[in-house]
Amino acid sequence: MIRPHRSHPLWLAYFLHRVSGLALALFLPFHFLLLSMVISQPQTADALLRFTDHLTVKLAEGGLVFLLAVHFFGGVRLLALEFLPWSGKRKTITAAAIAFAFFVSGSFVLRAV
Amino acid sequence: MLNARLYMAQRLSAMIMIPLVFGHLAVMIYAIQGGLTTAEILGRTKGSVTWFLFYGTFVAAVSVHAAIGVRVIIHETFSLKGKWLEATTWLIGALLLIMGARAVLEVTFA
Amino acid sequence: MTEARANMMISVWRGMGSTGKFETFEVPAQDNQTVLDVVTWIQQAADPSLSYRYACRVGMCGSCAMMVNGQPRWTCRTHVKRVLRDNQIEIAPLRNLPVIKDLATDMDPFFDKWVKAGGVHRASRSRDMPIQEVKPDTAQRQAADNGIECINCAVCYAACDTVSSNRDYLGPAALQRAWTLFNDEKVVDKQAVLDAVSGSGGCHNCHTQGSCTKFCPNDLDPLGSIAGLKRETAKSFFRRGSKQC
Repeated sequence: MIRPHRSHPLWLAYFLHRVSGLALALFLPFHFLLLSMVISQPQTADALLRFTDHLTVKLAEGGLVFLLAVHFFGGVRLLALEFLPWSGKRKTITAAAIAFAFFVSGSFVLRAV
Repeated sequence: MLNARLYMAQRLSAMIMIPLVFGHLAVMIYAIQGGLTTAEILGRTKGSVTWFLFYGTFVAAVSVHAAIGVRVIIHETFSLKGKWLEATTWLIGALLLIMGARAVLEVTFA
Repeated sequence: MTEARANMMISVWRGMGSTGKFETFEVPAQDNQTVLDVVTWIQQAADPSLSYRYACRVGMCGSCAMMVNGQPRWTCRTHVKRVLRDNQIEIAPLRNLPVIKDLATDMDPFFDKWVKAGGVHRASRSRDMPIQEVKPDTAQRQAADNGIECINCAVCYAACDTVSSNRDYLGPAALQRAWTLFNDEKVVDKQAVLDAVSGSGGCHNCHTQGSCTKFCPNDLDPLGSIAGLKRETAKSFFRRGSKQC
């Protein structure tokens, strides 16, 4: 449950940024592992890549792209808030960051399926 | 648990990755059309200095960025500090850098 | 006061140190009363052993802040109507500070960090020198003016999750004080201000959760002040090269 002192847009944006960042950091080693099999173990790599043809896996991949997009636009938002004196438009910037993330990951899922 | 130097490393690595993530997202959305195979990946990346530099920089920046990010989470969640926190930060960074470098070399110049 | 209506159910945190539990009191509802009035009624009419802290009752001294329904508030300026839900209110001591007894917290860590962030005035002139002229309309002075209305109520400190999870973090109020000093032309050594907020508990630990600015009862913007410190420390980082820290 979101505790009362946390129920506002900037805190939720922080939470999304932290969760997506942690998830991406955990995903990266597996991502690197698969790519380093491309030449040394092409059969294994191709079998793993074929596994990504399944719809559920594609949706999970869409989730990963969403995490990357959310962390990316959320990060750009943070850099803007920290390095540009834009104190008045924090909620707008936050909403725009999340909207962009949905747009990009949405495009990915639509092309993948 | 960030001093000014770690903060700058975190933010500068983030800024370096802005164009790289943009490129990576674009490649992903383009490349997955009709499924992905090893031959397809290699056809694009093999022997390419551009892809080597693109993903080489990406791996270096993400290793720094993720190591510092996870360091903060570990400190705030488990109150780990001092030399163990330093060691964990370096370990995560080194692990990502080595695994990432292997992956980049494999698809470009292996 | 108009005539009393149905009683409200007020849950109040009772206990010493880290142990305690909520105790419910029935308090007569009035047309006009603040949360502090309610606490005072309980102490005077129901249980004189209830401990809490206040002084001015008009939003100037910063001593009566408490958690009201899980959110930090200055209780003397919080009308009961704004926080009454299903005829109930939950009142607890401020978060992120050790509890002395009931609703009274130990504010020492808060003020210690204020000092640690360089919040003490360091005079740049002696009494024999002429008084320094300060123009009120410069952008820098206005940035300093924004922060000086802080009443040290620790509402921002209680709202901040980074304070809860990072024991060394100086917190929004102390950092906003540092930003005020940085923009004060009477302060000569700006680099000392920046150095005081660049250590392992400094401004760089802020995650821009924004609860400080959201809950500040005086509508100040500690989040913006911390962003200002981040910008200036980044500039000084490039000026001094990586030897700085």
